[in-house]
Amino acid sequence: MAMDRRDFLKIAGLTALLGIGGKTGFELLAPGAAEAALKDIPLTAGKKWGMALDVLLLDEEVMDACVEACHNHNNVPHIGNPKEEIKWIWKETYDHAFPGQENEYLAEAFKKKNFLLLCNHCTNPPCCRVCPTKATWKREDGIVMMDMHRCIGCRFCMAACPYGARSFNWGDPRKAPKELNPDFPTNREFPMRSMGVVEKCTFCAERLAKGLFPACVEAAAKVKPNALIFGDLDDPQSEVRGALRKRYSIRRKPELGTGPNIFYMI
Amino acid sequence: MLDKALKGSPRYWGWVVILLGLIGAGFGFYLYQFSEGLKITGMSRDVSWGFYIGQLTYFVGVAASGVMVVLPYYLHDYKAFGRITVLGEFLAVASIIMCGLFVMVDLGNLPRMLNIIIYPNPTSILFWDMIVLNVYMLLNLVIGWNVLSAEKKGMPYAGWVKVLVYISIPWAFSIHTVTAFLYAGLPGRHYWLTAIMAARFLSSAFCSGPALLILLCLIVRKFTRFDPGKEQIHTLGSIVTYAMILNVFFFALELFTAFYSQIPGHMHPIVYLFAGLEGHSRLVPWMWTAAFFAFVALLLLIIPATRRKIDVLAVACVCVVIATWIDKGLGLVIGGFVPNAFDRVFEYWPTFPEIMISVGVWATGFFVLTILYKVATSVKEEVAV
Repeated sequence: MAMDRRDFLKIAGLTALLGIGGKTGFELLAPGAAEAALKDIPLTAGKKWGMALDVLLLDEEVMDACVEACHNHNNVPHIGNPKEEIKWIWKETYDHAFPGQENEYLAEAFKKKNFLLLCNHCTNPPCCRVCPTKATWKREDGIVMMDMHRCIGCRFCMAACPYGARSFNWGDPRKAPKELNPDFPTNREFPMRSMGVVEKCTFCAERLAKGLFPACVEAAAKVKPNALIFGDLDDPQSEVRGALRKRYSIRRKPELGTGPNIFYMI
Repeated sequence: MLDKALKGSPRYWGWVVILLGLIGAGFGFYLYQFSEGLKITGMSRDVSWGFYIGQLTYFVGVAASGVMVVLPYYLHDYKAFGRITVLGEFLAVASIIMCGLFVMVDLGNLPRMLNIIIYPNPTSILFWDMIVLNVYMLLNLVIGWNVLSAEKKGMPYAGWVKVLVYISIPWAFSIHTVTAFLYAGLPGRHYWLTAIMAARFLSSAFCSGPALLILLCLIVRKFTRFDPGKEQIHTLGSIVTYAMILNVFFFALELFTAFYSQIPGHMHPIVYLFAGLEGHSRLVPWMWTAAFFAFVALLLLIIPATRRKIDVLAVACVCVVIATWIDKGLGLVIGGFVPNAFDRVFEYWPTFPEIMISVGVWATGFFVLTILYKVATSVKEEVAV
């Protein structure tokens, strides 16, 4: 990740401030001052988070690593029943990832190739529009966030999402088969949810808050650097914008006007 | 007046006990669902709404149709309907109670239900549906009860009741329009994304509701000394006829748009429902059953000679109820989810516990209806004497 001199100085300054002052110094700051200062750290200051996936680099190994890292980080169990499966990020073939775009003369390479799908963190998300309790909403940084502890489980968002990116806990996730989930919960720092609520990809918002990339992006970088490029679509200098300037990209169902922010560079 | 519900024949009490038994059984299965989760239903990540939401939609229609007796009486001064407005209003009350219960049993986390009020989201149609349904139920309960007690005392009802009546008329149209908007504004659900959805909902409501009301009037005539009246039933029969013609016509419009445009997304759900898709054809016999009963109903209703015979009209009404129930209570919801967002076909079918919970809700609705109709018919019998 590139960092210019200005960003470096800001981070250095903030670190010094927090480091020297400690907890007391932190508390002395006016309310919101620390948060305002944190906003200048690149990964916590995005205005429109998005992702570009390099389809040519995305092989099965990278995709599997992404899925595993995501589901481990977010305590997503294997249910063992496709009808009840919970998916934050998953693999899907071209004709099902982009229905209506397929044709019988499609390049061989694309016919059987899997794509990596996740929530599109739409600019104009229908799921947030229909939620009766504001349990899912669009954050200022572009993340379509989900409060699994407010959700009443009406599943209106699942009917509204044209990408199948939302999953419902049909049963208790804690009762997921032990033989499929020997180490569940895989991440004790991430909250558990009750049955009967909807969940989805959050771009690992709590990791971003710490200045860390989403779990899938981090996992992909270890296997194949630049397969997943995450960044601020509002920032013309960001890596993701640079990648999208250079390569032709497609999005899932853009005709619906949802403004998907996941780009597939083909 | 409620004391009227406490005095009845053994047959009345027998019926009440049967309903209470079914309510108890349904509640037992609900406790099972409450502890195990909605996985005990046939719903899945692909078909995430099912039988419950279908029933909600159907009974919102029945509730809205109360306006078909209220409107002619109060706006057109069609005096004959004065005898049965209260039956329409009380049917609406019982239907809305079923709607509310069907939403509640469908929720994944019922204890958090009040979040809809604590954190309201005005852009959510579900929020507005909750408001219009609850207000409509109160309007009908207050109007029906006050008009009935005035009748009992042999006095005209209060002026403010009439104001509520005038509010309740457009309100009836609103409840089914808002319910149609639950579906008609979702991108990517082709079967639902149609501007004519609210019109279809209203037309199907205005045939299925009055058809049910005709059958209820015939039951009331048979089991009580109160006669809702021949003319009343015939006028309701005409309303059912017009509305059923519109209902079938509107569906034909959907077929034209889908199959003349040849857009796959528009055709696939209809193909799935009536012919099966990719080898999946669970709903095909049901949809053709609906089509058959719709055809028979139209035949019996349109021909004056058959419509005018009360017995044949009753058969036609049963046909209308079956056809519209399959169309709205099963096909509408499932067709919206098949094929899914990935153009894959996953089928849905309700499970036994899911049906039993629904039976419990129906029984609750019929229990409320029985009590309210008992009160209404007892008052009317008393006044007649």
